[in-house]
Amino acid sequence: MNNFDFDTRGLRAEAVPQNSIETGTQVFDLEARGLRALNGTLHALPPDTNETSWEIVNPRGSHAIAVGVNAPLDITVRGSTGYYCAGMNKLASIRVHGSAGPGVAENMMSGTVIVEGDASQYAGATGRGGLLVIKGNASSRCGISMKGIDIVVHGNIGHMSAFMAQSGNLVVLGDAGDALGDSLYEARLFVRGRVKSLGADCIEKEMRPEHLEALEDLLRRGEADAKARPEQFRRYGSARQLYNFNIDNASAY
Amino acid sequence: MCGIVGLFLKDPALEPQLGAMLTDMLITMTDRGPDSAGIAIYGRGEPGRAKLTIQSADPGHDFAGLAEAVGEAIGAEARAEVKDTHVVLTVLADKLQEAREAVLAIRPGVTVMSAGEEVEIFKETGLPKDVAARFGIERMAGTHGIGHTRMATESAVTTAGAHPFSTGADQCLVHNGSLSNHNSVRRRLKAAGMSFQTENDTEVAAAFLTHRMHEGASLEQAMEATLTDLDGFFTFVVGTKDGFGVIRDPIACKPAVMAETDQYVAFGSEYRALVNLPGIENARVWEPEPATAYFWER
Repeated sequence: MNNFDFDTRGLRAEAVPQNSIETGTQVFDLEARGLRALNGTLHALPPDTNETSWEIVNPRGSHAIAVGVNAPLDITVRGSTGYYCAGMNKLASIRVHGSAGPGVAENMMSGTVIVEGDASQYAGATGRGGLLVIKGNASSRCGISMKGIDIVVHGNIGHMSAFMAQSGNLVVLGDAGDALGDSLYEARLFVRGRVKSLGADCIEKEMRPEHLEALEDLLRRGEADAKARPEQFRRYGSARQLYNFNIDNASAY
Repeated sequence: MCGIVGLFLKDPALEPQLGAMLTDMLITMTDRGPDSAGIAIYGRGEPGRAKLTIQSADPGHDFAGLAEAVGEAIGAEARAEVKDTHVVLTVLADKLQEAREAVLAIRPGVTVMSAGEEVEIFKETGLPKDVAARFGIERMAGTHGIGHTRMATESAVTTAGAHPFSTGADQCLVHNGSLSNHNSVRRRLKAAGMSFQTENDTEVAAAFLTHRMHEGASLEQAMEATLTDLDGFFTFVVGTKDGFGVIRDPIACKPAVMAETDQYVAFGSEYRALVNLPGIENARVWEPEPATAYFWER
């Protein structure tokens, strides 16, 4: 357990009674108390805390909100966030009632992050697990180098999305920008709308029953089942031609 | 990294607050660029008059008697308003070029930051809040303006290296990013008759736009030409006498957020820069698309 000098409202692990009863939602005013106090407070909560419900007010586009949370907390952010909100998330459910800046849920391990508005560049980058839902549009490089995370975007995604994506699922109800899935490994990409162009080694693939089944589950968990049906999507994946260097492919690298 | 901001007012009722709004946006972007700051303000100029904004490292000496000497040289009145290291010299519009030449002849050590009927540019090294306070930007009225907080990457931390850069009458540009072919573009532009005051990559971008517009391109066409002729990373925010433009390179790594309401169009490197604008809660907020020119004109 880290030792924090700042005010953590008595919520450090050692200060929380073992059998404290549910006290309702903890409201944290980010503008009044600052980022270090926020993340310090959230990090200090033990996995079995009863203080599970948190509301962060006045985010005003600040960076690194609720980064590195490592407990099954339910966190609501009232407003738009800056860079890296919910980065490295583990176990927590984090919902942003606004838009998110670059790198939302970057390198997420598990849990759920839901953005009610739009997301900026590289949403869910390098994520290893969990679910990221973007109710609006995502910008460029969504899911870049994703490594197991599931991402559901209700709107459109920008150019170079899923670049070098390795595993996990990217579901897009709207359109995809240029160079979707460039240098893709084994991540699965499902797009309902138009794909502006496919990146190197990314091809359209057949939609088999197991994909429809997986998609149904992703749409349900992504709060999108009322908006789209699995059979409306097309699947894209790796042609697996770039895995090993082949001189015939030199022009594609 | 650099932080850039821009504000184009549609509602004249906000014009007295332009400087205050831009200053707030600029200070918010300090941690993107604490090396230097600059701001271009387009005020409502006086009919028939034009302005030169001039900077000096030794204002006490260089600005003393400057207006009188310039007035004598051009045979017409010249008025001076000193603001810290800058002076705004107001002359008859048709005497602007003559006045510029006279200034540089009389005080060879000074730098002309801007020339035009409406634009004034103030820039210095130091923290954005200090730079804005030195020039009293907060109290300035205007129709639109752009600002920059600099984290120097391609050239030295000097006043001359601060943005905005102005290379044509009432034109200016701020840049987040870095250009990799600025030397070759500078050589081509020099051969075409453009002149440069610094080794800065951003000045090349500003001069590129000015040159294209001299050749007859609209601002929008000139901005689109940056996509093919300039290599590197960029988000440009551009001001003209009556317009405001934004363009990002095709890779679009450099961040950009825009907001539009009935009262204004605003640009920020980050959403944080926009949070104090009136009605931002209900504004249309979006990220400008890569390789796409955005332009507003009054």
